Amino acid sequence: MIDFDEVHAEDVSHHFGRRRALSRVTFTARRGSILGLLGPNGAGKSTMLALLATLMRPSQGRIAYGDHHDRTDSAPIRARIGVLGHDLFLYPELTPFENLAFFAGLYGLHAPAAVASAALERAGLQDRSSDPVSSLSRGMRQRVALERALIQDPRLVLLDEPFTGLDDRSAAALTGRLVDLRARGAIVIVATHDLDLAEGLLNEALFLRDGRVVERRANPEGLRAVYRSIMARPQPNAAGQP
Amino acid sequence: MPLDTRDIALPNWFMPAAMLCAVMFAASPILIAYAPFEGDMGVVSKIFYYHLPSAWMFLLGGIVCGVASVRYLTSGNPRHDRLAWAAAELVVLFGAITLVTGPLWARKTWGVWWTWDVRLTSSLVSWMLAVGYLLVRRYGGPGSDKLAAAMALFGMANVPFIYISVNFWRTIHPLTTVVPTLPTSFGIPLWFCTFTFLLLFVLLLRLRVRLEAQRSQLDAMYLLLDE
Amino acid sequence: MFMRTVWLIVRKDLTVEVRSREIAYTTLFFAVSCVLVFAFALVREGVPPQGASAAVLWIAILFAGNLALGRTFERERQSETLRALLLAPASRPAVYTGKLVGLVMLMSAAEVFLVPLIAFLFQEPLLRHPFRLATIVVAGTTGFAAVGTLFAAMLVRTRSRDMLLPLLLYTITVPVIIAGVGGTSSLLQAEVNDDVVRFWTVLLVCFDVVFVTIALWTFDAVMAEQ
Repeated sequence: MIDFDEVHAEDVSHHFGRRRALSRVTFTARRGSILGLLGPNGAGKSTMLALLATLMRPSQGRIAYGDHHDRTDSAPIRARIGVLGHDLFLYPELTPFENLAFFAGLYGLHAPAAVASAALERAGLQDRSSDPVSSLSRGMRQRVALERALIQDPRLVLLDEPFTGLDDRSAAALTGRLVDLRARGAIVIVATHDLDLAEGLLNEALFLRDGRVVERRANPEGLRAVYRSIMARPQPNAAGQP
Repeated sequence: MPLDTRDIALPNWFMPAAMLCAVMFAASPILIAYAPFEGDMGVVSKIFYYHLPSAWMFLLGGIVCGVASVRYLTSGNPRHDRLAWAAAELVVLFGAITLVTGPLWARKTWGVWWTWDVRLTSSLVSWMLAVGYLLVRRYGGPGSDKLAAAMALFGMANVPFIYISVNFWRTIHPLTTVVPTLPTSFGIPLWFCTFTFLLLFVLLLRLRVRLEAQRSQLDAMYLLLDE
Repeated sequence: MFMRTVWLIVRKDLTVEVRSREIAYTTLFFAVSCVLVFAFALVREGVPPQGASAAVLWIAILFAGNLALGRTFERERQSETLRALLLAPASRPAVYTGKLVGLVMLMSAAEVFLVPLIAFLFQEPLLRHPFRLATIVVAGTTGFAAVGTLFAAMLVRTRSRDMLLPLLLYTITVPVIIAGVGGTSSLLQAEVNDDVVRFWTVLLVCFDVVFVTIALWTFDAVMAEQ
C-alpha cells in the first residue's frame, strides 16, 4: 500500500473541447491540513477535484501524490483517496450497512462486515442500519456517504460541496469530523461556496474564478470579505472572449 | 500547448493528383464503353466497373478506420482519431455507391432488386455499422471519440462473424436464382477504374483529415486565447 | 481480487434487484407484451406460421435486453455510483465482468419464463431439447450482453443514449440474431441436424469469447474520461 505526504498540482489545465475549465492551477496540499477550493459555480472546483481523484487526466500539467504520478496504473493511488461528491455515491435500495460493506469489500479491506459496523457506529446510525438509504434524511445520508468515503482510511480526502442541504447540527458534525481527519494526518481538500462554514476550518484557501487561481490565503479569516473583493475585480481577459 | 499542424498543409502532390483523378474519371466512360461485353449481361455489366472498385474502397475504408481506431485507443493520439473519422465517412460514401450500383445490376441480371446475396447482405450490415459510427460522433456528446473507436473495433472484429453467419444462413434457405460469376477478364478498364477510385479515396481522405485538423487547431486557438 | 470484485458487484446488483424487483418485472412484462404483439401480428385464424417461434424468441430477447441494459445503467447513473465504482481501486475489467454476469443472470431469468410462453402461444416444441436450447440461448444472451454492457456503460452520461444504444446494439449483434434464430429453428425440426446445431452453437461461443475479450481490453480506455 502506497502512501504520500502531499499532493502537488503543477500547472494543471483542463479543457472540454473549446471550453477551458482550468487554467494553470498550481498548489500543494500537505498532510494534516485542510485546503479549501473556493469560488462561484463554474469556477472549476469540481473539475479540479475530479482530476485529483484520478477520474480524468489533465489536458496539461501534472498531479503528483508524493513521489507517485497517475500514469499507467492509478489503482494504488485510488486506494488511498476518498471522495465525497454531491451525488452521494450510495445505492438507495441498499441499507447503510450493505452500502458500507460493499465498498469495504471493493476496497479490498479484510472483514468488511466488521469495518462497516464500526463505520455505522461512527456515523451514529446503528438503529437505522437495516433501512434502505432512500428512507433516510439528507443529513443521515450525508453521514453514511462520508463514512463510505473514509472507509478505507484514505490519505487524501476530497469533498465536493459537502455542506449542501445540511442543517446546522449536521454541518457542525461534519466540520468536527474534518477537524478530526486533519488531526490524524489526512490531506483534506474541500470545494465549497459556503464561506461561513469554511470559516475557521481551512489552513489554506484557494480562490478560483473561471478556472484560474485568483487569490491564495494561508490561515484565512474573513473569507466573505475576501471573496467579495475578488468578485468585484474586473475579469482578467475582458477582450476577445469567445 | 503546441498546435499540431501536420495535417493541415496540403502536400505538394495533392493538386496534381486531384487533376489527374478528374481527368481519369472523365476518361473512364470512354474506356468502359470500349470494353468487351460480358457474356449475355449486355450493357449492364458495365456497372461492374464502378461497382467493384467502390466495393474495394468500401473495404479499404473499413480497414483504415478499424486500424486507426485501435491505434487511437492505445495511444490516445488525436491524429488517429481524425483519420478514423475521415475513413468512416468514406466507408459510408463508397458503401452507399456499392449498395446502389449492386441492386441496379441485380435488377437487370436477376430480375429482382435485392437478393440476400452474402456479400451484399454483409456489406449492408457493415455499412450500417459505419453509419452508426457517424451518428455516435455527431450525437454522442463528450467522450464519443472513444466510444466510436470502440465501436469501430467491434465492427471490424464483427466482419468475419457477419460473413460466416449470413453465408451459412443463406445456404439453409437456398435461392431459386443462381449468382452469376464476375467478369472473367480483369482487363484494363477494371484496373483503370480501380486506380481512379483509389486516387479519389486517398484525395478525399486527405482532405477530410485536413478539415478535422483545422477544427482541432481552431479549438486550440480558442483555448490559447483564454490563457 | 478480480473474482472477489466480480462477486461483490454481482451480489450487489442481485440484492438491489431483489429489493426493488423493478428491472426484473418491467423486463419480463415488456418481453411478454412483445411476444403478444407478435402473436397477434403473425397468428392467422388460430394457426401460427411455421418456425415463427424462433424469430419471436430472439427478437423478444433483443428488445427486452436493450431495455434491461438501459435501466441497469440508468440506476448506476442516479447516484453516480458508476463513478464510485470507477474511483475504487478495483480493476476496470472486473467491474465490467461483474455487470456482465449480473445482466446475463437477469436476462436468463426472464428467458426461463419466455421460452415456455412462446412454445405455448406458437404451439411449437421449443422445449424438446432443453439443454441444447439453453446452451444456444445463454451463449446468445452472453454475446448480446458483452457488447451491450460496454456500450451502455460508455453511454451512461450521454443525452441521446436511448437512441444510440439500440442503434449500436442491433447492428453489432446481427450475427448473434442470425445464429440464435438459426440454432433455435434447427432444434425445432422433426429430424434435428446435429451438425447445423453444433455450427450455430460454436459460432455463438466464438462470438462470446472474441467480444468479451475485446470488451475487457477496451473497457479501461473508454471509461477513462468520465
